[in-house]
Amino acid sequence: MDIELSEEQKLLRDTCREFADRELKPNAKKWDRAHEYPREAVQKAFELGLGGVAVPTEWGGAGMDNIAYALAIEEISRGDASVGVTLSVNNSLYCDPVMKFGTDEQKERFLRPYAQGEKLGCFGLTEPQAGSDAAEQRTTAVRKGDRYVINGTKNWITNGPVADAIVLFTMTDLSKGTKGITAFVVETNTPGFLRQKSDEKLGICASPSCTIFFENMEVPANQRLGAEGEGFKIAMGTLDGGRIGIAAQALGIGVAAYEEAREYSKVRKTFDIPISQHQAIQFMLADMATELDAARLLTLRAASLKDRGVRHSRESAMAKLFASEAANRVCDKAVQIHGGMGYSKELDVERHFRDARITEIYEGTSEIQRLVISNALMK
Amino acid sequence: MSEGTVAFFEPNELQTMVQSTARKYAQESLAQEAARLDREQRFPKEQLAELAELGLMGINVPEAYGGAEAGAVSHALALMELSQGCASTTVTLAVNNMVAETIVKFGDEEQKQRYIPEITSGRFTAASFALSEAHSGSDAASLRTTARLDGDSWVLNGSKQWITSGDVAGVLTVWARTETGVSQAKGISCFLVEGGTPGLLVGKHEDKMGLRASSTVGLTFEDMRIPKSALLGARGQGFAIAMHALAGGRIGIASQAIGIATAALTEAVRYAKDRKAFGKPIGDYQALRFMLADCDTELAAARLLVLRAAGHKEAGQPYTLEGSMAKVFATEKANRACDVAVQVHGGYGYINEFAAERHYRDVRITTIYEGTSEVQRIVIGREVLK
Repeated sequence: MDIELSEEQKLLRDTCREFADRELKPNAKKWDRAHEYPREAVQKAFELGLGGVAVPTEWGGAGMDNIAYALAIEEISRGDASVGVTLSVNNSLYCDPVMKFGTDEQKERFLRPYAQGEKLGCFGLTEPQAGSDAAEQRTTAVRKGDRYVINGTKNWITNGPVADAIVLFTMTDLSKGTKGITAFVVETNTPGFLRQKSDEKLGICASPSCTIFFENMEVPANQRLGAEGEGFKIAMGTLDGGRIGIAAQALGIGVAAYEEAREYSKVRKTFDIPISQHQAIQFMLADMATELDAARLLTLRAASLKDRGVRHSRESAMAKLFASEAANRVCDKAVQIHGGMGYSKELDVERHFRDARITEIYEGTSEIQRLVISNALMK
Repeated sequence: MSEGTVAFFEPNELQTMVQSTARKYAQESLAQEAARLDREQRFPKEQLAELAELGLMGINVPEAYGGAEAGAVSHALALMELSQGCASTTVTLAVNNMVAETIVKFGDEEQKQRYIPEITSGRFTAASFALSEAHSGSDAASLRTTARLDGDSWVLNGSKQWITSGDVAGVLTVWARTETGVSQAKGISCFLVEGGTPGLLVGKHEDKMGLRASSTVGLTFEDMRIPKSALLGARGQGFAIAMHALAGGRIGIASQAIGIATAALTEAVRYAKDRKAFGKPIGDYQALRFMLADCDTELAAARLLVLRAAGHKEAGQPYTLEGSMAKVFATEKANRACDVAVQVHGGYGYINEFAAERHYRDVRITTIYEGTSEVQRIVIGREVLK
C-alpha cells in the first residue's frame, strides 16, 4: 500500500529543487517588486522538461506522470510561486486539454511546441460576469462558412500578456446553456485578439495576467477543440487537473514559508533563548509541518488517480481546498514567527503571505471546491 | 518535513480482506450493540471473543503466535472500520493488539509462547498497558511505582491509573522504577504481570464521559511478588519499551478517531438529506453542505496521514514523526467532525436516541490518551527542529 517515489520522480523533484534554489529563490523578490515576467527563468525551466511534464514524449513532453508534475510544481513554487503558476497553466490548463481533445493536426501545431517549451499557452474561461459560475459565458463564436467569428471579453487570464496561444471557451449557442459552450485553440497573434494592460495584483506579481478582448476574431473551424457544445465538459475536466497544479503550487509556497520560519526560529532569540525553544513557536511549527504533509498526501493522491485514469473531481477538489487553505494558515504563522521582520519586504516571507492568497481563489474558489466535495458526499 | 515515501493507498488483497472482515463485523454486530453497551456500561466480552475468532486480536502479530500477520496497515484499516461500529470495543481490542505487539518485539521466547497465543486466541479476555499514574500522565518518566529484586522475585509497590481492561486482563505490561541514581527515564523497567496475581488490587471503575463500555480502572500493587523472569526486555529499558509501544499505539488511536468520525459524518449526511427546514432538506443549504465537505476533506487527509505512518511502520522505517502527525491531526479533525455531526442533528444530536451524541462523547478522549495533542506537538516540534 505504501509506494516509494520512482527514481525518475525523485530525480525530477531534486532537479527542480536545485533549480529553484539556484535560479528562482535568489531573484524572486526582485521580480515581484518590478512586476517583471522572468522570461529567461521560465525558459530555463522549460529546458528541464517542465513545459509538458505529463505530455507523452511523442508530442514533445517529458513523458512523465502527474505525480512527477505535482512534485515539480511544488518545488518550483517553493522558489517562486509566479513561475509555478506560469508552468502550471501551460501544463494543466493548456497542454492537457489539447492533448486530450486535439486532433493530431492540432497537436502538431498547438501542443508539440508548447510541451517542448518553445511556446507558452494560456486558458480563457473566466469573464467579467462568469467566474465561479463559469456557465455564464458571453463570448460568442458564430459560424461563417469554414470559420468562426469570435467576440467577447475574458479576464484574469494568467500568462495572457506573454502567451503564444489560448484555449478559449465561447458560446456557439446561447440558448443551450452549458451545452452551448465550445472550445477553440487560437494563436494570440490572430487579428482581433486584443490584450489589455497587465493586472496589478496583491501577489504572484511576476506572473502576468490581463483582460483580453476579442473583436471579430476569425478562427478557422479546424481550430475548434472537440465538438460544438463540448466546451463545458472540456473546461471542467481540465480544471480537475489544474487543481492538482494549484494545490502543488500552494504547497510549495507553504513549504517555503515554513522552512524560513523554522530556520528563523533557531537563530532569533527572546528572553535569552532561541524562540524555537518556546512551546508557542514549536507548536506552530508542528502544526505547519503536519498540515503541509497532509496537503501533500491529498495532492499526490489526486495526481495518482489522474494517472490511473480514474475520475478525480472530488479528490482534486479536496487537495486544492485543503492545500490552499493550509498554505494560507502556514504563511500567516510564518509571518507571526518572524514578527516585524515578517511584515518587511526585506524577507521572502512577506511575499509568500501575499502569493498564497490567490490559491484559495483561482481555478475554483474554496467555495466551489466545497460544492464539488459536498455534491459527491451527498449524492 | 518527512521525505521519500509517499503512500497512494491502494490496499492489497490481504489488507482488503482484513478491512472487509472488520467492516462486516462492525456493521452487522458492533453497530447494533453499541448504544446498549454504552448505556449499560457493559464490557463487550462476547464481542471481543468473536473478534478473536475472526483473527482480529493479533492483526500485526506473527502467525507463529496465533496472529494474523497482516501488517500495520491492515491493523489501521481494521480499527478504522471497527470503531465505526463501537469505539469502546475497538479501544479494548487496540490495547490487546498493542500489548501483543510489545511482547512480540521485546519478549523472550518463553514469554511470547506463554502470553501471545492467549491474547490472539481470545482465551485472555483482554490485555492491559499499565503506564499512567495519578501524578504521571504526559510526563511518563516521572512514574513512582517501584520494583525491587528480592531473591528470585520482583516486588512491586505503587498505583496505576486509567488502565484500560485492568480488571479483566490476563496479562498486563506494568512499568515500575527499578533503578535510582540514573536519569528518571533510565530507571524504569517493564514487567509482565498476570491477572489475579496476589497483591494486584483493582480499584474503582472510572465513570467516563465516553467509551463507557470499555473498562477503565485504577490498580494498586501491594508487595506484589512476580518471578524474576517477568521482566520484559532489559532492566532499565522500560521507558524505551513504553515509547516504542506508544508510537505504534498512536496509529491505532488515530485510526479509532477516524472510524468514530466517519460514522458521525455518515449519520450527519443521512440526517441532512432527511430533515427538512423552510421547505427543503437541510442538506440543500450551503451552510451545512460546506461543514460536511470540510469534515470529509479533513478525514480524507487524516486517513492518508495514518496510512502513511502505518506504511512506514510496516516497512521498518522510522515513524515517530509520522505517527504523531497522524495522531494529532486525525484526533483533532475527528473531534471537529463529531461536533459538526451534533450541530447538523440539532436537538437530536444532544439526545442519546441518535448515535451522534455517543460519537461526540467517545471521540473526545482521542486527543488525550496515548499522548495528548500537546505531547504530539512536542514530538513533532522536536523532530522538525532537529
